[in-house]
Amino acid sequence: MDVIFGVPLPLLLGQLVLGLINGATYAILSLGLAVIFGMLKVINFAHGAQYMLGAFVAWMMASWLGLGFWYALVLAPLVVGAGGIVLERVFLRHLYDKDHLFGLLFTFGFALVAEGVFRYYFGSTGQIYTNPIPGGVRLGFMFLPHYRIFIVVMALVICFGTWFVIERTKLGAYLRAATEDPVLVRAFGINVPLLITLTYGFGVALAALAGVIAAPVQNVSPLMGSHVIITVFAVVVIGGLNSIMGAIVTGFALGVIEGLAKVFIPEMSNTVVFVIMAIVLLLRPAGLFGQEQ
Amino acid sequence: MFANPRKILIGLALLAIALAAPAFVYPVLLMKVLCFALFASAFNLLLGFAGILSFGHAMFFGSAAYVSAQTIKVLGWPTELGILAGGAIAAVLGLVVGALCIRRKGIYMTMITLAFAQMLFFVFMSAPFTGGENGLQPVPRRAILGMIDISNDRVLYYVVLAIFLAGFGLIYRVIHSPFGQVLKAIRDNEPRAISLGYDVDRFKLIAFVLSAGLSGIAGATKAVIFQLASLTDVHWGMSGEVILMTLVGGIGSIFGPLLGAAFIVGMQNQLAGLGEWVLVVQGLIFMTLVMVLRAGIMGLMSDLSRWVSKLRASR
Repeated sequence: MDVIFGVPLPLLLGQLVLGLINGATYAILSLGLAVIFGMLKVINFAHGAQYMLGAFVAWMMASWLGLGFWYALVLAPLVVGAGGIVLERVFLRHLYDKDHLFGLLFTFGFALVAEGVFRYYFGSTGQIYTNPIPGGVRLGFMFLPHYRIFIVVMALVICFGTWFVIERTKLGAYLRAATEDPVLVRAFGINVPLLITLTYGFGVALAALAGVIAAPVQNVSPLMGSHVIITVFAVVVIGGLNSIMGAIVTGFALGVIEGLAKVFIPEMSNTVVFVIMAIVLLLRPAGLFGQEQ
Repeated sequence: MFANPRKILIGLALLAIALAAPAFVYPVLLMKVLCFALFASAFNLLLGFAGILSFGHAMFFGSAAYVSAQTIKVLGWPTELGILAGGAIAAVLGLVVGALCIRRKGIYMTMITLAFAQMLFFVFMSAPFTGGENGLQPVPRRAILGMIDISNDRVLYYVVLAIFLAGFGLIYRVIHSPFGQVLKAIRDNEPRAISLGYDVDRFKLIAFVLSAGLSGIAGATKAVIFQLASLTDVHWGMSGEVILMTLVGGIGSIFGPLLGAAFIVGMQNQLAGLGEWVLVVQGLIFMTLVMVLRAGIMGLMSDLSRWVSKLRASR
């Protein structure tokens, strides 16, 4: 058996793939946080809850309506995103001119409500979601399930699609301009409030999409959101919220580092992201890709 | 300390109520309120007067609970020394985390505190001495200074009241000192405070350490009262609860956190049998307060008194 640094190769590669998958979740979630923060200047604490909602809507579609994964992949983000639009229109909208921390506290409250309701109805053990693409590839040194390849490819498509829309299209130019100076952009006749609403809806839909994708590899549990969101916050502090590409790269990189930590320093696998955050804060306080505003 | 006679009267009345309370209400519940009132006041020192929103105050509360539980139960330290050790460790932790946090501003700072608190949660979850899910228990209630027997809940209540008054008095003094004035100046206009020559980071850091240390005293006392230190004390839910208490009472008001702590502890006591719904109710309170009552109960009361005096004046 091949051994690298005293670790069997299959184990190492297996954790690397797992790390990439976690990194895919981190990347999509921190991307959503960055997009929302750019327009709304609100840290969406409900992001984890909306990720959980995405997974649950997919699970409900499968077990109550018999709609399979591919339907859920499209419909669940739409449903949860529409919920996000309502939340923005009815509540968040009125907080933009207040201190930024109120947006954080409001979305935190929403996350508590969502988690509490789902814990009441579904317990905290979690539901199983069937793998939509069973089977895998034998690579000789390891077995690579098809679904894991799908996750990584899908995440790359989503991330770079979003990056392309924001950085390379006219709509994206409006968005970036509205982030810089909303008043001026409004003066040009662009409906900035609508843009803000749609941005929030899109960010929430991204979180839900990450939830749907994660459903077959994780237990669909009410706790899945609050668990991942704090790590994603650390990712966002490391990468900075100003750069779309920064959020994507940092997300994937930290997933992989976490995977490697499971092999080489297992006792630190839960905390390695936070240690890296501390080091980055010491060496480059503005974050790897950010500049202090 | 109190300038006008009306305030002295109110203060004495409150003290009289606090002294007589265990005759009417279950002392353990009262002690819980006092603990969380101290915790929320310490938190409010940071949020209300330095403008720093920490989403990780559970790490100070919980670490101190573990430290006092460990020193009293396993190392056999006297109770008062165990509580002080908890506060000291929390202050040291506050120094380290605070020094890292203040390198960023605003919302980032909040996320950093949350992240470090989560890291500590994992550390305590896997550390061998914490007893994992069961927690560290039972912590013996050893006599204070070797003579005050605190195995009786009523006696312990007066000890906790003394700890609370000492902590609260310190916070009151800090807020009304020149140091507190500078903190408020930084909160309201940081660039201006810098241009006036204040070392802003130093002030923020001292406030952070004070807040952490006092939160630690609250957590350590909690471990003595319930004879238990557990993962709940370091969980992010605890950080959320202390924010909620402060928000309910009124951010930046001195007595607000006391009201908020009493309200939330009372509510949890009423809803204890409803399990997950406590979470839902807390979330709904958060959402409602942020939307319509950002100044909390104290803000509502000052609005009311202004309204009443306006009504009187118009007559």
